[in-house]
Amino acid sequence: MSSLSRDDVAKLAGLARIEMTEAELLELSSQFGLILDAVARVQEMDLSGVKATSHPQPLENIARADEVLPSLSPEAALSAAPAQEDSRFRVPQILGEAE
Amino acid sequence: MIHKSAAEMAKALTNGETSSVELTQLHLDRIAAVDGDVKAFLHVDTQGALDQARSVDERRKSGEKLSPLAGIPLALKDVLAQKDVPTTAGSKILQGWLPPYDSTVVSKLKDAGIVIMGKTNMDEFAMGSSTENSGYGPTFNPWDLTRTPGGSSGGSAAAVSSFEAPLAIGSDTGGSIRQPAALTGIVGVRPTYGAVSRFGLIAYSSSLDQAGPFGRTVLDTALLHEAMAGHDPKDATSINAPVPAVVHAAKSGDVKRMKIGVIKQLQGEGYQKGVQARFDESLQVLASLGAEIVEVDCPSFEYALAAYYLIAPSECSSNLARFDAMRYGLRVGDKDGASAEAVMSATRDAGFGREVKRRIILGTYALSSGYYDAYYGSAQKIRTLIIEDYAKAFAKADVLVSPTAPTTAYKIGEKVDDPMAMYLGDVATIPVNLAGICGMSLPAGLADEDNLPVGFQIMAPAMQDQRLYQAGAALEAALLTKWGAPILSQAPALKGA
Repeated sequence: MSSLSRDDVAKLAGLARIEMTEAELLELSSQFGLILDAVARVQEMDLSGVKATSHPQPLENIARADEVLPSLSPEAALSAAPAQEDSRFRVPQILGEAE
Repeated sequence: MIHKSAAEMAKALTNGETSSVELTQLHLDRIAAVDGDVKAFLHVDTQGALDQARSVDERRKSGEKLSPLAGIPLALKDVLAQKDVPTTAGSKILQGWLPPYDSTVVSKLKDAGIVIMGKTNMDEFAMGSSTENSGYGPTFNPWDLTRTPGGSSGGSAAAVSSFEAPLAIGSDTGGSIRQPAALTGIVGVRPTYGAVSRFGLIAYSSSLDQAGPFGRTVLDTALLHEAMAGHDPKDATSINAPVPAVVHAAKSGDVKRMKIGVIKQLQGEGYQKGVQARFDESLQVLASLGAEIVEVDCPSFEYALAAYYLIAPSECSSNLARFDAMRYGLRVGDKDGASAEAVMSATRDAGFGREVKRRIILGTYALSSGYYDAYYGSAQKIRTLIIEDYAKAFAKADVLVSPTAPTTAYKIGEKVDDPMAMYLGDVATIPVNLAGICGMSLPAGLADEDNLPVGFQIMAPAMQDQRLYQAGAALEAALLTKWGAPILSQAPALKGA
C-alpha cells in the first residue's frame, strides 16, 4: 500500500504554490494511498524495451514567416490584469525587502 | 420547432418558414423555462445571440450564400475563449474574466453564422466526470434531476438533451464529450487529436485535449464537426489535411461488409447489466445490417486508466502554473509587503477547487525527481503499448466498439468523495485519448433496470472520423426503426415544458 504523509503533501503543495489548510493536507494525504495504488499499476507490465510516447503526433517545430501581424493592443492585453500601473502589469514584491 | 433536428431547422430557415431571430428566441425561452432546474448554462448571452441571429437573417435576405448551419443556435462549453463574454472553465480563479480574443473554434462558428447562445457548465478545468467539480455548482441530468449528466462537458450535453440548444460544443480529454453524451441520450464525438484547433481552448492536458460536437442526431453532429474542424496555423499540433467527409458519411450510413471489432477488455465484468444488454443488442443490429463482427484483443487497455491518471495530472500541473495571479484572473492577499509567491499561493488556494488541487498535487508528485521514471515514464510506455494494440486491432477491423461508460447516470453526490470510483467511469473512453484517435457515442437505448440512456461507442483510426459517422448513422437509423421514435421522446417532461 502506497502512502503520502501529511508532510509529503505539504511539500508538494509548496512546490505547486498552493497554500493548504491543515484539513486539506490531511484529506489529500488520506486519499493518496488508494490513488497511488491504482496508478502504480503502470509498473505491473514488463516495459523493458518499450519506447515512451509523450504525444500522439510526431511533433516538429513549425515557424511562421517573420512578418508583423495584428496583435492585441496594450489596453486589451492589460484589460484583465488584477492591477496595472503605467501600461504595465503591477505585481507584488518579487525580490526581498533589501531590493 | 425546438424538438426538430438542427438539419431540419436549417431547412426551415432556408425555406423562409422561420428566422434565426425567431429560432434563437424560442431556445432562449426554453432556457428561461427549464434551466433553473437543469443548470446547464453558466452564462446566457441573450443580446449577443439575438444580434448574431439578426445579422444572419439580414445576410440571408440579401441573397448571400450561407453555410449549412447559419442561423442555428448553439451552446458553448465554457472552456473556449469568446471575446468579451465571461469565460471561466468552471473555475473561481477565472470568475469575471472577459477574454480579449476569440478561440479559433469560436471564430469558425461565427464565420459559419452559428449563433452562440451562451457558455455551459463543466467540471473545473474539465477535470471530472460528473460536472460536480464546477466552481459554480452542478448541472442536473434532464432524464432525472437527482442524477449527474456526466462530465466534464455535462452542461453542453444537458443543454442539448433538454432541448435548450440543438447543438453544443464540448471538449474531451478522457471521455468528456462521449461519456456525458451517453448519460444524457445524445450523440457526441471526440474528433481525431489535431483535427480541431486548440487555440483558445483552456488547456488541461495538452497531448489529450480535443474539442468536438454534440447533437441529437448523427447528421447534426457531423454538420457541426465539419464547421469546427480544419487546419489552424495558430495551433502547432493542428493537422494540415482536409477535414474527413463526415457529413457525406452521415448521410450514407452503411455498414455492409464493414468489419466491426469488439474489444474484449471493454465489456463484461464491471459493466452494468442493462448497459451490456443494450450494447449486445446494438451489435446484433449491426450484424443484421451486414456488418461482420470480430473480437479483438487489446491487453494493455487494462492499464489505460492508470496511465491516464498519471499523464493528465502531470500535464495539468504544468499547464495550470499559468494561473499565477499576475496577468489575469483572481488575485488574493495582495497586501503591503506580501511577496509574489505568497499572493500566488493564497490565490491558487482560494481559486482552485478540491479536484483541481488533487490533480495538481498528483502531477507534481509523478513528475518529481526520484519518481519520474516509475510513474510518468512508465505511463508514457503504456501509452505506446495502447497505440500498438489499436494498430493491431485496426488491422482486423474498420471500426472498434464498446459501451461508452460502464454505468448509466449516477446520483449527484454518490461518488464525489471517492475519486477512484469516479475515475473508473472513464475506463472505456480513455484509450482513444491516449492514442490520439477519434470516437463517437450514440444512444443505444435505455437500461432495463433504471430506464436511463446507454451509450454505444465507436472508435476509428486517426483522421478516419468519417467511419464513425458511417457506422453511427446506420445504427441510428436501424434503432430508430426498431424504437419508432427517438430516445429523447422517452425522457420525462421538465417543469415549464
